[in-house]
Amino acid sequence: MSAISIIVLIVLVILTLVQVMRISEISSEIQKGKDNEVGPKDNNTQGRLMLLVGFGFVISVLVMYVAWGRLSLPEPSSAHGAEIDSLWNLSMLIINIVFFIVQPILFYFAYKYRGKKGTKATYFEHNNRLELFWTVVPALALAVLIIWGLNVWSTLMMPENEEEPILVEVYAQQFNWTVRYSGGDNELGYATVHEIAGANILGVDTQDPASADDIVAKELHLPVGKPIQFVFRAQDVIHSAYFPHFRAQMNCVPGSVTNFQFTPTITTAEIRQNKDVKAHVEEVNEIRKAKGEDIWEFNYVLLCNKICGAAHYNMQMDIIVETQDEFDAWLKEQKTVAETL
Amino acid sequence: MSTTTTEKNNHFQDHLMEHHHEENFFTKYIFTMDHKMIGKQFLITGMFMGIIGVMMSMLFRLEIAYPEQSFPILEFFLGKWAPDGVMDPNMYLALVTIHGTIMVFFVLTAGLSGTFSNLLIPLQIGARDMASGFMNALSYWFFFLSSVIMVVSLFVEAGPAASGWTVYPPLSALPQAMPGSGAGMTLWLISMTLFIVGSLLGSLNYIVTVINMRTKGMSMTRLPLTIWAFLVTAILGVLSFPVLLSAALLLMFDRLLGTSFYLSDIFIGGEVLSYSGGSPVLYQHLFWFLGHPEVYIILLPALGISSEVIATNSRKPIFGYRAMVGSILAIAFLSFIVWGHHMFVTGMNPFLGSVFTFTTLLIAIPSAVKAFNYITTLWKGNIQFTPAMLFSIALVSTFVTGGLTGVILGDSALDINVHDTYFVVAHFHIVMGLSAIYGMFAGVYHWFPKMYGRMMNKSMGYAHFWLTFITAYGVFFPMHFLGMAGLPRRYYSNTAFPMFDNLADINVLITYFAIIGGAAQLIFIFNFFYSIWRGPKAKQNPWRGNSLEWTTPVEHMHGNWPGDIPVVHRWAYDYSKPGAEEDFVPQNVPLAEGEESGH
Repeated sequence: MSAISIIVLIVLVILTLVQVMRISEISSEIQKGKDNEVGPKDNNTQGRLMLLVGFGFVISVLVMYVAWGRLSLPEPSSAHGAEIDSLWNLSMLIINIVFFIVQPILFYFAYKYRGKKGTKATYFEHNNRLELFWTVVPALALAVLIIWGLNVWSTLMMPENEEEPILVEVYAQQFNWTVRYSGGDNELGYATVHEIAGANILGVDTQDPASADDIVAKELHLPVGKPIQFVFRAQDVIHSAYFPHFRAQMNCVPGSVTNFQFTPTITTAEIRQNKDVKAHVEEVNEIRKAKGEDIWEFNYVLLCNKICGAAHYNMQMDIIVETQDEFDAWLKEQKTVAETL
Repeated sequence: MSTTTTEKNNHFQDHLMEHHHEENFFTKYIFTMDHKMIGKQFLITGMFMGIIGVMMSMLFRLEIAYPEQSFPILEFFLGKWAPDGVMDPNMYLALVTIHGTIMVFFVLTAGLSGTFSNLLIPLQIGARDMASGFMNALSYWFFFLSSVIMVVSLFVEAGPAASGWTVYPPLSALPQAMPGSGAGMTLWLISMTLFIVGSLLGSLNYIVTVINMRTKGMSMTRLPLTIWAFLVTAILGVLSFPVLLSAALLLMFDRLLGTSFYLSDIFIGGEVLSYSGGSPVLYQHLFWFLGHPEVYIILLPALGISSEVIATNSRKPIFGYRAMVGSILAIAFLSFIVWGHHMFVTGMNPFLGSVFTFTTLLIAIPSAVKAFNYITTLWKGNIQFTPAMLFSIALVSTFVTGGLTGVILGDSALDINVHDTYFVVAHFHIVMGLSAIYGMFAGVYHWFPKMYGRMMNKSMGYAHFWLTFITAYGVFFPMHFLGMAGLPRRYYSNTAFPMFDNLADINVLITYFAIIGGAAQLIFIFNFFYSIWRGPKAKQNPWRGNSLEWTTPVEHMHGNWPGDIPVVHRWAYDYSKPGAEEDFVPQNVPLAEGEESGH
């Protein structure tokens, strides 16, 4: 029914447009076709609109920063995250300076130099100095960003550790995550898709002595302040392990093992006391209350961030960052591979 | 030496002209070899595909704004894929995928380059037609066939391809992974293969024509910037599309013949598959080796068009012609060595990541030069606000806005946390999607009189522009904030994570803008078709332009010029030249006594 009414509506709109066109056609015939040429009057209107809408756009960007700035992720909960965020802030500062200078100039020029009767444009075809200037200035700004960026990148990707990192495997499949801790030997047992059977969802080779003390879990617990060496595997399609609060992400690729390392710096209990997080939780819970949904308690979360199929949008795992003691106690409760398989 | 070749050339071209015979409907409109008609065929097909692509975005925007709510309109369009009016997640992914494929390849590659390269290359360089009219026609028909197959793929039982427009294996290779990776994906690959063949035939033709068939006096440094852009675009296409072709063929082999180019160690649907030794990341390298130049295959023609439109309507020479050409060449060169910035988090060697960060950020320099040169062209101009001019100015705005966020995404360290989030969606839609589509609109409004001999309605053009400009920023700018909140793209619904609950309002706002913006395109479509038949008759040179296409008669003819091909005496940008009587001096006007040749 509503489909028919939509079609009827579209037909009516088209008919109206045809009629409007007819009228404008007749009226333009009266004005001898002048109507369709761009004249000083149009230049005035359109030039003013350029100024109005252009500046409106620039101002609304400011408004968005004020209104939605709070939506950004809270302070990073990892050691390297702070470095990423300062680089981010500098980059944002630079691009915003350019944005708020260039856009107003563009729209102002469009308005200011709108065509007028009897004026002639200035013949100005090139100026080497000017062009050199705006080649060199962006080049300098970019040099700073490139050098700093590459520095941050190499500390992220090739971290130097004072202590040996804890080895944790993150395993992806449609549509859930599993983690495997390396246990006391801090060595993960060999695993392959050919060993997957029954409860052995990760395909751990139980013949490998290193696998005996491995611990498989459905929740990612991490001790605060300890470097964690993650290795990532996937069994079916590409997934991406995205830890937004830790400024970390790495693809999980079937057939190969990828890795990433970070050190969590804020426990779950502490981050819940962060004022931005508190405000966020409060806002979300008001929305959820209005919809009659459960109250939400903040947790770090691991998301899938590479399209992986129908339930891609709901492939998640909670992350709990806790003190070393709490972590040890939790780990002790978990069963090892030797006990379960 | 060069003079004699061009003279011989002209003679050869004149000879071609004598061969025209009686035309019937089919030879004139369907199996034509005339470049102007082929350009129009590309445009109409591209517009048709564009309507499908944009409508798809309306449907999935509706779903994102109101997840799991029932909309009869969804059931009307999607049938079994939206039982009770609620969209199936697989269909959501399919719509996103086909929207991307159609917009990137069918609208902004074939629809944009195909239309304007065909229409303008012979007309602006002073040639009777393309080097090979037959190859040109073939190029269109490959594109047409590929469009038909892409549309047919929408109707297969298990749904069209749904693994994202980049169709990464293994997701795209295994029907067990998602229904869209069955017959729909096979058709997608066949369609893209034909598309690439068509695109290559076209590009080769454009290159040969520009290099060999310029009229007397049309040196490379006198070419309008449109032609420079089309030439470099064609070179990019010829060098990069074959790589996508091989990527697609290998994927087809993996799917149909059981080879293991991209697949290894896979357990799915309760069994281990026999693939071994392949790498999914190899596919990504091959894909993005085309994929990144593709961005500039889309963008450069739009920048070329806007250069022409901005100069003509500012009544000023384009500022820094040589720098503009230089920056096109620099961007094109760099575009081949930056593809890895799409793959920072695939686990590739960190050193490689550093190299790609370096080369990627370098692109900002020639891009900045282009933006500043556009703005300086406006300075002290006498701006005529035709709808084409409005779209070109808007292009400069989106090119700047979207280009700036590229500085963030190109930086490997910063990319980690916004990779594949809405920040990326915002970035590429603004810098590539909007800029290119604005360039395409500018081109259509500007050269409509050349294509159809009639004028488009100005007031509807204005209405179309302002609605589009406002709503498009309204759709894409807020997405930056969604991305900074960590919201991943390609999520069917954001309700699974309470942390995103407070973003729902923004998604609703975006959807409103999207639907108004989509509806505004009806004004354009109506204006376009209405003006083809009922628009006021165009004058020969309605915008008072300098380039050669405006010296041809309004009524189309084979061979473009009734007499000799005009000889070129100056560059295309002698607007408001001191000493000249009018504020424009067409390229075929000889230098006056004592006049210095511009630039």
